[in-house]
Amino acid sequence: MKNKRTELKVQAIRTGTVIDHIQAENTYRVFTMLNLEKSTDHVYFGTNLESKKLGKKGIIKISNKFFEPEEISKIALVAPHATLIEIRDYEIIKKQQVELPREVHNIVKCVNPKCVTNNQEVPTQFKIIRDHHGKLKLLCRYCEKTMSMSDVQFL
Amino acid sequence: MNRLKNRSLVSITDYGKEEILKVLDIAEGFEENQRQKILSDYVIASLFFEPSTRTRLSFESAVHYLGGSIIGFASADTSSVRKGESLKDTILTVSNYSDLIVMRNPLDGSARFASEVSPVPIINAGDGANQHPTQCLLDLYSIRKTQGTLENLQIALVGDLKYGRTVHSLVQALSLFGATFHLVSPESLKLPSGVKKWIKDAGLEYFQYTELADVIPFADIIYMTRIQGERFPDPMEYEKVKNAYVLENKMLEKSKESLRILHPLPRVNEISEDVDDNPKAYYFQQAKNGVYVRQALIAAILGLKE
Repeated sequence: MKNKRTELKVQAIRTGTVIDHIQAENTYRVFTMLNLEKSTDHVYFGTNLESKKLGKKGIIKISNKFFEPEEISKIALVAPHATLIEIRDYEIIKKQQVELPREVHNIVKCVNPKCVTNNQEVPTQFKIIRDHHGKLKLLCRYCEKTMSMSDVQFL
Repeated sequence: MNRLKNRSLVSITDYGKEEILKVLDIAEGFEENQRQKILSDYVIASLFFEPSTRTRLSFESAVHYLGGSIIGFASADTSSVRKGESLKDTILTVSNYSDLIVMRNPLDGSARFASEVSPVPIINAGDGANQHPTQCLLDLYSIRKTQGTLENLQIALVGDLKYGRTVHSLVQALSLFGATFHLVSPESLKLPSGVKKWIKDAGLEYFQYTELADVIPFADIIYMTRIQGERFPDPMEYEKVKNAYVLENKMLEKSKESLRILHPLPRVNEISEDVDDNPKAYYFQQAKNGVYVRQALIAAILGLKE
C-alpha cells in the first residue's frame, strides 16, 4: 500500500513568520499592506487553499521577519481570522491568533477628505466598532465618521 | 462639584444628561437676569475660520452681556491662517491671550483636535459638517422651556435628515430623555442608519414618513430644517426635493395647543411667513435662547456658575 502523500503547498521557511488563515480574497491586500513586494527576503504567497475554517484561505510566509504590535494590528484589520506562526530553525516557537485592537493609532487614513487629519498634521485615531449589522467599522476620533473595512487605506 | 469647569465642549455626546440639565438650569438664570457682569476680568477668543454670522453674533452677544472682552477674527482671510499658519499654532498662540476659545472651523474634527492641544477650554461653534453642540443645547433649552420637560416627548424632525448635523445631535441628546422620533423626509434624505442606531440603542422608537401632514396632529415639537443645495452631489436631485416640505399656517389647525415649531435658521421656504404670527411659531425665540445658553456655557466652563 502506498504511503499517503503529503506535501507542503507553500515551501517551508527556516526562520520567520507564517500568516495563516487569511480570508482568500484578502490575501493580496495583506501582502501589499505589509509592503512585502519590497522585501529582499524570501516571501511565499498562496491563496485559494482549502481551509476547514474559512472554506478558502490564503497563507503568506516571510523569511527573517517578526512583526511588531503595530503591524499585527494592521493584519488584524484586514485579516481578523489570521494566525501568526513564528518559526526559528524550522521549529514553531510561537503561534497566536491576531486580535482586533480596540483602537488604532496613526496607521489608517481617514476616508473623509474634510477630516482635520487629512488637512493638518494630526495623527489619526480610530475606534473599532460594529455597526447594527455586526460589521466591523472604524470610527474616527476627530470627524466622528465611520468607515467600512473595504475603505481602509493604510498610512 | 462643577463638572463642567475647564472642560471643552466639542460634541454634544461629551455631555451626559446631568451636564445638559445643568447648562439649561444655568441658562434659565440668565434668562431671568441676563446682565450679570461676571466676566469683567476675562478675555474670550472668538476664532471663526469661516463666516457664520448668526452663531458668531450670538456668542459675542453672550460675552458682552456678561461684561467680558472678546478678541478674534470673523474669517480665515483676516487671520494668520492666510499666511499658512497651522491650526495647532493658532490655538497655542491665541490661548496665551484668552481664558476660553470659541472656535468655528470648516474642517470636520478640528474642534476635537483644538481641544487636545489647547491649554484653555474650547467651545465648538461648528466644525465642518460634524458637530454644533451649542445649537443642540439651545434646541434642548427651547424644547424644555416650551414643553416644561424634555422627557417622553413626541418629536417630529422634518426635511434634510441625512445631512443635517443639528438633527443628528438633537437625536443623540433627546435619546437620553425618552423621546419618540417621527422622521419626515424624502426617501433620499432619510436619517442615516448610524443615527437611528442611537435611538434603538436607547430602547426608543422612531417612525418614518414622507408626508409632513401625517405628524402634525400629535407632535409636541416640529423641528423644520432647510434642504441645502450645496449638500447634493447632483443638482437634479436637489431640484426634486428642495421644496418637499413647506409648513403653512392652515396646516396647523388640527395640531396640539402645546405644539411649538422650531428651526435652526436661516429659513428659506420651509416655513411660510404666515406661520410667524401663530403662537406656535418659536424659531425666533429659539435663536434668542441661544444667547442665554451660550452665557451659561461660558460661565460654567470658566467656573463662574454651578
